Amino acid sequence: MTATKKIVRVTGVTKNFDLGKIVVNVLKGIDLEIEEGKYISIMGPSGSGKSTLFNMIGGLDKPTSGKVFIDEVDIAQLDAYELAWLRCRKIGYIFQTFNLIPVMTALENITIPMTFAGVSNDDALRRGMELLDQVGLTGRHAHRPSELSGGQQQRVAVARALANSPAIILADEPTGNLDLTTGEDIIRLLKELSLRRKVTVISATHDYKMLNVSDQVVWIRDGHVDKIQQREELDIKTGGLESATH
Amino acid sequence: MRRLVALPLSKSFQMAYQSIRVRFFRSLVTTTSLILAVAFLTFTQAGNDITEGLLAAKDPAFVQLLAKIGYEVTPGAANQARSAKQRWIVFLSLLVCVVGIVNAQLMSVTERFREIGTLKCLGALDRFIVRIFIIEAAMQGLAGGIIGALLGTMVACSASIVRFGLASASYLPWSTIGTTAFYAVCTGTGLSLLGVLYPAIVASRMQPVEAMRVEQ
Repeated sequence: MTATKKIVRVTGVTKNFDLGKIVVNVLKGIDLEIEEGKYISIMGPSGSGKSTLFNMIGGLDKPTSGKVFIDEVDIAQLDAYELAWLRCRKIGYIFQTFNLIPVMTALENITIPMTFAGVSNDDALRRGMELLDQVGLTGRHAHRPSELSGGQQQRVAVARALANSPAIILADEPTGNLDLTTGEDIIRLLKELSLRRKVTVISATHDYKMLNVSDQVVWIRDGHVDKIQQREELDIKTGGLESATH
Repeated sequence: MRRLVALPLSKSFQMAYQSIRVRFFRSLVTTTSLILAVAFLTFTQAGNDITEGLLAAKDPAFVQLLAKIGYEVTPGAANQARSAKQRWIVFLSLLVCVVGIVNAQLMSVTERFREIGTLKCLGALDRFIVRIFIIEAAMQGLAGGIIGALLGTMVACSASIVRFGLASASYLPWSTIGTTAFYAVCTGTGLSLLGVLYPAIVASRMQPVEAMRVEQ
């Protein structure tokens, strides 16, 4: 059995939020290993610690105890410059609220990470146009986010996440603000691109449509990893999910 | 090590300019108060320059006119009191202007929290954010300062022509007025930069996780 590289490794992570009078223990000890090139969904009810775990993996927050390793590098040890480099080159983010810069056109939004990475303007524009083609938005490069529909904005966000060919894409509820068909389109797009570019996709979601494309599903409940299911074990029936009721 | 992520200066200028252009009317409000304050400053200062220039001309007709409107030809206590009062008023108007700028910039930072958080998620360093805000404020300050100085100078010159007649136009001390206008523009830009300092620091300290937070 060849050992695939573990691109993300979470060991014994806990997170407490100090809200003055009370301390909320959101994560109570998470151990997780994510292999390279897989499509992982982190699922769980509201308040289970899904988003907090997600922020830990993405380097947006520091755990109270435990370590998070991205490509075997402990991200708590990184200084501001290295953290910025990590976010620029290694990780691509996709948000529920799309988070495109409203004053910039679609093409400019996609080329921002490339600018930060030091890519020349011509190269950035060329790659930006290619990415727009890949997400199916040729010809919309000069449009601002206000002139694009929700699904199209999310496509631009996907293209932006892939701008610097990252190793990991982190998607926080990517279909949260989209309707059924548009959501399915985005999921299909993410899966296609991740296969083509061999990117690890980690998405935190409520959406059961994600399960069709996931290689692995991590169920979080009450700050613990409830169970981890591989693709073969998922038993999906129309109208619901068998294992969700357990 | 420090060159891991970079934001070229031309790109920061482009981003700052686009922000102003798209939010034009809102930035117009702060810039208007700056224009008026700088215009007032220029007007009072240029007015002084003009009367001094007319005095230096030693034309008896002007000296009579000046004495008639109550301007003491030789320096005295009344003149000092008047100029002290003038200075206070100008200082107050500039202060109000700065407070207005700080407020408007803070509102702008709060409004753009998601944008700032997103830029950080894309790899921006704290100082890129500060740089963008400072360039925006400098552009607004420069534009407001130039318009304000021009406005103030024009009003001062027309006021003196109205008061002292068309003949006084030849005695206008253009170089002194030019210097005054230049200092006024610098003051305008300086005020704008002063006002953006605190908000820019607030913006740079913003955590990227703010961008993720969805208001339910």
